[in-house]
Amino acid sequence: MDRPALTDLAEEERVFRDAVRAFAEEKLRPLAGPMDKESKLRPEVIPALFELGLMGIEIPESLGGAGASFFMSILAIEELARVDASVAVVCDVQNTLVINAIKKFGSPAQHERMLGKLASGAVGAYALSEAGSGSDAFALACRATPQGDDFVLRGRKLWITNGGEAGLFLVFATVDPAAGYKGITCFVVERGADGFTIPRKEDKLGIRASSTCELVFEDVVVPRANVLGDVGRGYKVAIETLNEGRIGIAAQMVGLAQGAFEGALAYVQQREQFGQKIGEFQAVRHRLARAAIDIEAARLLSYNAARLHDAGQPFLRQAAMAKWFASDVAERVASECLELYGGIGFTTECPAEKYLRDAKIGKIYEGTSFVQLDTIAKMLFSEGA
Amino acid sequence: MKIMVCIKQVPHQDARLDVNGAGTWIQEENIKFEINPYDQNALEAALQLKDKEAGTEVVVVSIGPERVTQSLRTALGMGADRAVHVKDGAADGSDSLGTAKILAAVAKAESPDLIFAGFMSDDGNLAATGPMLATLLGIPHTTTAVSFQKNGAIQVERELEGGALEVVELNTPCLVTTQTGMNQVRYASLKGIMAAKKKPIDVKTVADLGLAGQVGADAAKIKIEKLYTPPKGQGAEILSGSVDEVVGKLVGKIKELGLL
Repeated sequence: MDRPALTDLAEEERVFRDAVRAFAEEKLRPLAGPMDKESKLRPEVIPALFELGLMGIEIPESLGGAGASFFMSILAIEELARVDASVAVVCDVQNTLVINAIKKFGSPAQHERMLGKLASGAVGAYALSEAGSGSDAFALACRATPQGDDFVLRGRKLWITNGGEAGLFLVFATVDPAAGYKGITCFVVERGADGFTIPRKEDKLGIRASSTCELVFEDVVVPRANVLGDVGRGYKVAIETLNEGRIGIAAQMVGLAQGAFEGALAYVQQREQFGQKIGEFQAVRHRLARAAIDIEAARLLSYNAARLHDAGQPFLRQAAMAKWFASDVAERVASECLELYGGIGFTTECPAEKYLRDAKIGKIYEGTSFVQLDTIAKMLFSEGA
Repeated sequence: MKIMVCIKQVPHQDARLDVNGAGTWIQEENIKFEINPYDQNALEAALQLKDKEAGTEVVVVSIGPERVTQSLRTALGMGADRAVHVKDGAADGSDSLGTAKILAAVAKAESPDLIFAGFMSDDGNLAATGPMLATLLGIPHTTTAVSFQKNGAIQVERELEGGALEVVELNTPCLVTTQTGMNQVRYASLKGIMAAKKKPIDVKTVADLGLAGQVGADAAKIKIEKLYTPPKGQGAEILSGSVDEVVGKLVGKIKELGLL
């Protein structure tokens, strides 16, 4: 059996990676700084992502998607994040959370309706967190009350990525608070539904161009046909999609680290101090060598988790490890690369500080680093080493 | 309508180039390649015609080793319908005429209405292959197109010296070589790349084309004797400092040398 190395890309993977890289370099690189300052994506960015097929990677061709693998999503997220982590997370949430959840749990009729929409221009958002339920996600308070053939949604969601741009939201709410996690149900809510408002966008340290919003549901009527999976089984939807989501964030952090690293590697070969290029000092060279090792290891963890997923093998432990490690690497590499620039690295004139600010979220969203360690440890004790 | 687009794979613009051990070409191991930028505009021009005219077929043709497949797949991913890959060591070392002979043999088999090629390649910079190909085929051609229109006949604006433009009209079949910047080149979309997996790449040898012994290094009339980086000029002085400092030093130098 042919078992190529993890980083040995198939021809179509290589062609795709190069196309995304060219797009990111030519179209996103000039916008990354300004969009960070403006805390907003430029209007041309999302249509361009759709045109490149980056917003429906795993949607079947028959529904207007590219019909490609999960690994392709990982490549896209990594290449986008190498230039701008904000744009990468738009693509990440769309593919690894929203489309993934609908593909896995939606009925054929829901596939047709919702995946078709997501392939053709609708951005998706994934609304799980609330003010009182972050890591303890299933303590959520958003309430869905049955009413004839419908449900009536009431409550608030917080820190929802893509909230500003999304047309389609996966909203987790409980139909029975007394039932604990077994009351949680996943609803598909469209932007513009009566009673659904988005009153606020967060002001953040990093990934500033990506919108992070509060969602308010005041007696929003959601038809039963928009329940994803079974009533009371939303916890399954959440758990099972976040596993893939973690690999997506790992890829985002790998790409970010790579981008920060490449900038510093170029800088040390031009900057001179004490009569030589600073890249000739052993301390600088060793720091870059260590960063390269870290990035390579993080990439291997991410690719392995993604390839295991595509092969239908268990990948939960590897996904948690990839996210934990890659987010740690991204923060360290971004920070240490910034130092190689000296004073200018600390200023907003230089892209190094943006990489560092953008890296911080990696240890927080889609399961904090504490949660990843819990997941890994739990599996060690239940399944063995 | 059938359009043939000639594409060449060349070192990527960001690739670090070193002269090879023999001093006759660049070291090609472990560097990144891409479709010659001028040829990307040629391909885009063909694809824009295909977008406008239903039933248009775009065939991309390239000569080179296995790695060229990636460029052909990229072209197919951008929207070309099929590819011809002349993959044969016997084609290595062909000069412009050899290359044009190979492309002419492919063109004779394909009989396209229109042939597009970049006006030159980013590596060889000879700008000879396109006109030679047209001459071998006995069809009209024009070069360095900056705009292209087809309303029955072909209308091309071409670049001349000093920023002047010339308008040329040609009847098909004909050949047009393209200048960069004539159009905005599209990216291969993921859908296109996935669809390209099913598009055919027809692999041919020099013998398949009836050109055994007529192309390649031995038949070449032009041989690269030596490739080298010129030694740094003597006596040059690089002024450094802020803009104001540099200007000050420059003015000082000019006065010191009595040049004004």
